[in-house]
Amino acid sequence: MAAISEAERERLLEAINNQRRPTVTVLSSLLAAQDELGYVPDEAIEEVAALNDTTINEVWGVASFYTNFRFTPPGKHSVEVCWGPTCHLKGASRILRRLMDQLGLDDEGETADGSISFKFNTCLGACSVAPVMSVNHRLSGRLTPEAACERVADLTDASH
Amino acid sequence: MPSYESLKQAADERWRLLTDGPIPWVRVGAAMCGHSAGAYDVIAALRAELDRRGIDANIDEVGCLGICYAEPLADVLLPGAKSRLFFGNVDAADVGAIADYIANGAEPRGRALGWLGDEPIAGVEDLNRLPGISAQRRIALRNAGHVAPSDIHQYIANGGYAGIHKALTQMQPDDVIKEVSDSGLRGRGGAAFPTGVKWSFMVRSPGPPKYMLCNCEEGDPGAYNDKGILESDPHTLLEGLMIGGYATRATNGIVFIRHGHDGPIDRTEQAIRQAYEAGVLGENIFGSDFSFDIEVALTGESYVAGEETALMEAIEGKRSQPRYRPPFPAAFGVWGYPSTINNVKTYSYTPEIISRGAEWFSSIGVNRSTGTAIICLTGNVEYPGLYEVPMGVTLGEVVNDIGGGVPNGKRLKLLQTGGPLGGVLGADSMAIHIDFDEMRDAGAILGSGGIIVGDEDVCAVDLTRILVAFCQFESCGKCFPCRLGMEHLLEITERIASCESRPGDLDLMRSVGTTMEASSLCGHGQLGFGPIRSALTHFESDFLAHIEERRCPTGSCLGPRIAPKNTRPYAHDFVPTGAQNG
Ligand SMILES: Cc1cc2nc3c(=O)[nH]c(=O)nc-3n(C[C@H](O)[C@H](O)[C@H](O)COP(=O)(O)O)c2cc1C
Ligand code: FES
Repeated sequence: MAAISEAERERLLEAINNQRRPTVTVLSSLLAAQDELGYVPDEAIEEVAALNDTTINEVWGVASFYTNFRFTPPGKHSVEVCWGPTCHLKGASRILRRLMDQLGLDDEGETADGSISFKFNTCLGACSVAPVMSVNHRLSGRLTPEAACERVADLTDASH
Repeated sequence: MPSYESLKQAADERWRLLTDGPIPWVRVGAAMCGHSAGAYDVIAALRAELDRRGIDANIDEVGCLGICYAEPLADVLLPGAKSRLFFGNVDAADVGAIADYIANGAEPRGRALGWLGDEPIAGVEDLNRLPGISAQRRIALRNAGHVAPSDIHQYIANGGYAGIHKALTQMQPDDVIKEVSDSGLRGRGGAAFPTGVKWSFMVRSPGPPKYMLCNCEEGDPGAYNDKGILESDPHTLLEGLMIGGYATRATNGIVFIRHGHDGPIDRTEQAIRQAYEAGVLGENIFGSDFSFDIEVALTGESYVAGEETALMEAIEGKRSQPRYRPPFPAAFGVWGYPSTINNVKTYSYTPEIISRGAEWFSSIGVNRSTGTAIICLTGNVEYPGLYEVPMGVTLGEVVNDIGGGVPNGKRLKLLQTGGPLGGVLGADSMAIHIDFDEMRDAGAILGSGGIIVGDEDVCAVDLTRILVAFCQFESCGKCFPCRLGMEHLLEITERIASCESRPGDLDLMRSVGTTMEASSLCGHGQLGFGPIRSALTHFESDFLAHIEERRCPTGSCLGPRIAPKNTRPYAHDFVPTGAQNG
C-alpha cells in the first residue's frame, strides 16, 4: 500500500495525540485515526501502537475485529443501506439489489471510479421510518428503490 | 459551586422567557426519526422563511414525541398562547403555513396536526385524540419532544436534577438503594435483573475508583429507544448515573455509545459539558461530599460489545469479547475496578423514582414488572413510533390501538420482539401483556423493547434467516459453540429458505441450537437460537412448506438474497499487510 503523505501523517499524529475524550485506548486512537483520514493506513497502526505502548499485532487485532474500520482510502461519498429486520420487511433487499446494480457492485466496496464507498448497515437506528439509508452520514427514510437510486445518482452527477 | 436553588431560579427565568416571552418558540423534532424524515431541511427552510419575513423566533431542535410516523414534526408556541400548535409530516408547503401562523395567528387551514396544552386552538383538533399521544405514560421520556436537549436550563426548569439534589440532601446512599429496590425497577437492557439488588452488590466493593457504566451500545436492530433518550433528553441519563453513583459510592460514570451515532453522542457530550459548567457534575456536588465525573467512551461496530463484560473490554480499548465469570463486574470490572452496568432506560427512570418515590413508580405496571415499557414499534404497522406505555398493556393495545394495526388491509401475521436474541410470536399473541415474565414465558422476551410487526406477506423463514444472518455476522468468535453453531444455523436456514433443505435439517438445527444454549460463553450464543425456536413453534407450517413442498408460501424468500458475510477475521485466516510475527 502506498505510504501516506507527510501532511497526512501530521493530521494523523494531531488526531491521535489530541483526542477529545479523556480515556485514550487502542480503540479510541483507531477511531480518531479513521475519523481524521477516513481509513486506517499501516502508519496509523504503527503510531497507535507506539502511543499506547503496545505491539502492532495487538492493534491489528482490535482494528480487524470491529467492522467499521477500513484499511484503504474511502470513496469521496459514503452510502450505507440498512439490511436490519425492520428495513428488510419494508423492502430493503430490493433497494440493495437495485442500488448495487446501479453502482456496478455485487458486495460492499468502492465503485469502479472510486467515487462511492458502499456499505451494509445492520441498523441505522431510524427503523420507524424504514427502509433507511445514509448518504454522507445524512439519514433518509421511507425509501423506495427509485428514491434510493436517485439520491445516489445525484452524488455521481454532482461529482462529475 | 452554585446551589441547586440558584440554578433552579435561573432556569425558571429562562423557561419563562421561552414560554411566556415576547417572541414565538418553535420546536422541531430532530431525533433520528425526525432527522431521517428530513427535519434538518425543515429547520433550514423555516429559518430562511422567517428571515425573509423579518420574524424573530426561538427555534430549538427537540427530541422525539413518540409519533415518529408523523415526522418531521414542528410546533409553534405563540407569545401569550397556552397551547402549542403541531404540524406533522412537514413539507415545503407547510413551512409557509407555519410562518403564516407565526406572523398573524392565521388559522392553518387543515394543515395542522393538532394542539397540545391548556386550551384549544380554534379550528384544530386536540393532539390527545391520537392514541400514540394519549396512551403513553412517559417517565423516562417525560421531557422528550418538549425540551431542547442542548439546554440544561430547560431540563432543570422541568424538575431536572431535583432527584439527585434530594438524594444528596435528604437520603443516605443506602436509602437510595432501598428506594430503587422498593420501586421494583428491573433492568431494561434485556435480562430484567432487579436494579436495586445489582446496585447493592457494589456497595462493599473497595474504591476509589468505582465505575457506573451506562450501556448505550444498542445494537439490536429494530430498537432505538436508548439513542432516543440520549438525543431527546440526555440530562435525565446523566442524573440517573449520578444517582446510581451516589448509591453505590462510585466515583466515575462512563456512557458507552457506538461510534457513528453522532446525534446521541454529540448531545450527550454537550450535556456533560453543560453539567460541569453549571456545577452539577464534578467535585462536591451541590455542596455535599459527593464528587462524580462522567465521560463518553465509544465502541466500534460490534453487537457483542453490548454484553456487559465485552463492553468493559471495549472501554479498555480491546476486542469486545466477553470475559469469563466469576469474577463478576461488581468485584472486577473495567480496568479491574468495581463496576456496575445498566442500560440507558434503567438509569433514566431513577430521577423520577427518587423525586416521586418508590410507591408512585410501583403503582404503575403489573406484577413484578413495575413502571413503563419503552417500545419501538416498527415494521408493517400504520403508526410506527417510540411509545412509552405502562407495563401490563396488551400487545394488541400496542399494535392495534396505538400502532393503528397493519396497513393496506393486510392481516397481521407475526411479531418479532426483543431483538435478534428475542423471539417471534403469532397473531394469536394479542392478549399477552407487556410484562417481563409473561413475555418470557410466551417465548419472546421484551428485551430492549423492539417490536417488529409482520403482515401476511412476511415469510417466517425469511425473517428467521435475516435474524440468524445477523447473529452469525455478529458472533465475536471467542467461544466455539457460538462461532461454529451460528455458521451451521445460518447454513441450514439458508438451505431451507432456498427450498433445498436436506432430510433431518430441522432436527439438526434443534440439536445445534440446544448445544449452543448449554455451552456458549455469553448470552449471544446462549440466546441466539431463541428466534428460530419460537419461529418453529409458531410457524412450523412455513418451514414445512419450504421443506416438504419446496415452495415459499409468501414468495418473500424468492427476493434478492443479500446479507453481508462475517468479516470479523478469526486468528488463522487474517494476515494483514503490516503484521509481524511475535
Ligand atoms: C450479545 C449481547 C448484547 C447485548 N447488548 C446490549 C445492549 O446493546 N444494551 C444493553 O443495555 N444491554 C445489552 N445486553 C445486556 C447487558 O449484558 C446487560 O445485561 C445490561 O446492560 C444490564 O443493564 P440492565 O440491568 O439495566 O438491564 C446485551 C447482552 C448480550 C448477551
Ligand atoms: S432496521 Fe433499518 S434502521 Fe433499524
